[in-house]
Amino acid sequence: MTDVMSSGPGSELADAGARSPGVIRVMGWFDRWGVLLLVVIMAVLSWLAQPDVFLSERNIFNIFRQTAFYQLLALGEFIVIVTAGIDLSVGSTLALAMMTAAVMAKAGIVWPLVFLAPFVVGTLVGVVNGLGLTKLHMPHPFIMTLGMMFIVRGATYLISEGRPISGLPPEVSWLGTGNIGVLGVNVPVSLVVVIITFVIAWVFLQHLRTGRHIFALGGNPQAARVSGVNVDRTLVIAYALCGLLAGFAGLLLAGRTNSGFPDAGNGDELVAISAVIIGGASFFGGRGTVLGVFAGVLVIGMLRNLLNLSNVQVFWQQVLIGVVIIAVVAFDVLRRRVSASS
Amino acid sequence: MERDEPAAGMGPDAPAMTVATESPIIEARKVSKHFGHVVALRDVDLKLWPNEVLGVVGDNGAGKSTLMKILSGVHPASEGEMLVDGLPVRFSNPGDARRLGIEMVYQDLALAGNMRIDENIFLGREQTRRLGPFRLVDHAANRDEAKRHLDNLRVEVKSVTQRVEQLSGGQRQAVAIARATAFQAKVVIMDEPTAALAVREVRKVLDLIRDLRTHGISVILISHRLDDVFYVCDRVMALFHGRNFAEAPLSAIDRNEVIGWIMGNKSGSDAAAGLDVD
Repeated sequence: MTDVMSSGPGSELADAGARSPGVIRVMGWFDRWGVLLLVVIMAVLSWLAQPDVFLSERNIFNIFRQTAFYQLLALGEFIVIVTAGIDLSVGSTLALAMMTAAVMAKAGIVWPLVFLAPFVVGTLVGVVNGLGLTKLHMPHPFIMTLGMMFIVRGATYLISEGRPISGLPPEVSWLGTGNIGVLGVNVPVSLVVVIITFVIAWVFLQHLRTGRHIFALGGNPQAARVSGVNVDRTLVIAYALCGLLAGFAGLLLAGRTNSGFPDAGNGDELVAISAVIIGGASFFGGRGTVLGVFAGVLVIGMLRNLLNLSNVQVFWQQVLIGVVIIAVVAFDVLRRRVSASS
Repeated sequence: MERDEPAAGMGPDAPAMTVATESPIIEARKVSKHFGHVVALRDVDLKLWPNEVLGVVGDNGAGKSTLMKILSGVHPASEGEMLVDGLPVRFSNPGDARRLGIEMVYQDLALAGNMRIDENIFLGREQTRRLGPFRLVDHAANRDEAKRHLDNLRVEVKSVTQRVEQLSGGQRQAVAIARATAFQAKVVIMDEPTAALAVREVRKVLDLIRDLRTHGISVILISHRLDDVFYVCDRVMALFHGRNFAEAPLSAIDRNEVIGWIMGNKSGSDAAAGLDVD
């Protein structure tokens, strides 16, 4: 311990100041890369179980294509979870955005507007969530977004009269099903879109003041407030971005299925939350990375893929995803306890 | 030198200090604060002189924290007047006070443990650089500036990129003080800065507080630890039941007198004077 102010070995403080550098390094490594280890484990398991199919280009890109909308949904959820919040309305928002695009396409509206509408719809839902939380002084975002989950789902049924609509402009379908040549490989457009979005989100969260304030208020809202951070405005931005990404996810799913169906995204808010938690973000805010979110969604996607390829009954997927969530967090708790006591 | 005469039952012109030629850096005149029917402060006067460390003592509920919150803009005063550098001011939020160089270090530290030291120091006031239409946080500049500032205050940490949660209590307090002084602060108000510290760390934080004077910063220190008050302060004032009770330069009093003030007693010949407070 070189620092003058630190307490040195044998300190009565329970602080990390007394931890050995080795432990800190290992902990830091796990914080950053632990979830990638999980991805590798899943990949090895899948490869062992299905050596011929799993590593085929087609199967790999299928996983990415199928999980692309979950990636966007989880990314939005992540931003809100970093503020120590939660958004239960993202599944409904996805459906409303998707249905809006489908209804507009059916009405013959030009494709750029069809393209734009899901973003607008999603952002509006997010802004309502954020304003409701801050201006109505809701005791917890759970309540505001639970209410919005029902309101937005109901609105989705209302605009669609409960019926699916198929047929979207080819530009939208291209987004969901198309391929694009990258370095000589035909890569799904949706994967490229997801990667670009994640990079933008990373820049926003790490290098813009608002992004840093989102982390700060997740770490200690009181500290953020007394430091002059406009906490309410920052929260509204976080929920608006979450809604925007849910709307984007709706557009992607509409493109992939070439339709809008009012049941879309039902329960997917929980999948998004699961991916964020598996990806190492703290439910109590202030902690997590966009790379972790990406990996968290991938773990769920690979798990489903493995079970599908192995012809396991689809209901087992749910059981296993639940097991993975609990196992990952239990391991995380154990790891922290071990490193705290050493 | 007039010492502790201007103590109890103070009128409008409270302590006549010897340095009367310049105006106090911050002054409260007959400040009162009501919360509903509860009177937290009544006609309290306070003067803080440049490069002075003023200790404020009093029992729980004496009004110390309320007075500090008024001085730092958290609460508006119900009645009374505030002056900074001799000019009347009115604060409607902590930002107003901060713009005039008055900073508060909170008892619970108010640091974000998940953020780096430099980010905590510059939270809400990050330096940015342009990149096209965007303004990116200039992490490198903030890091260097934070390092320079901590060096300047002789606060040692392994690296300014450590997360605050990895620091000891004393280091955290030092970071909180560094944040308060990073932007041309003239007055730093501290509420029990040593209350949560291990014994061996208290001295370092107190030395840091004493050193602030050499950077042209005046300090108001709330503490119930008289050791702290006698170690760092130039002058001490006592509040009792929301009123001024007594004050004196530290060189003129001893510990037992101050303990008496906290309990609402005046020693010796001053005993009678103390009674007219209530």
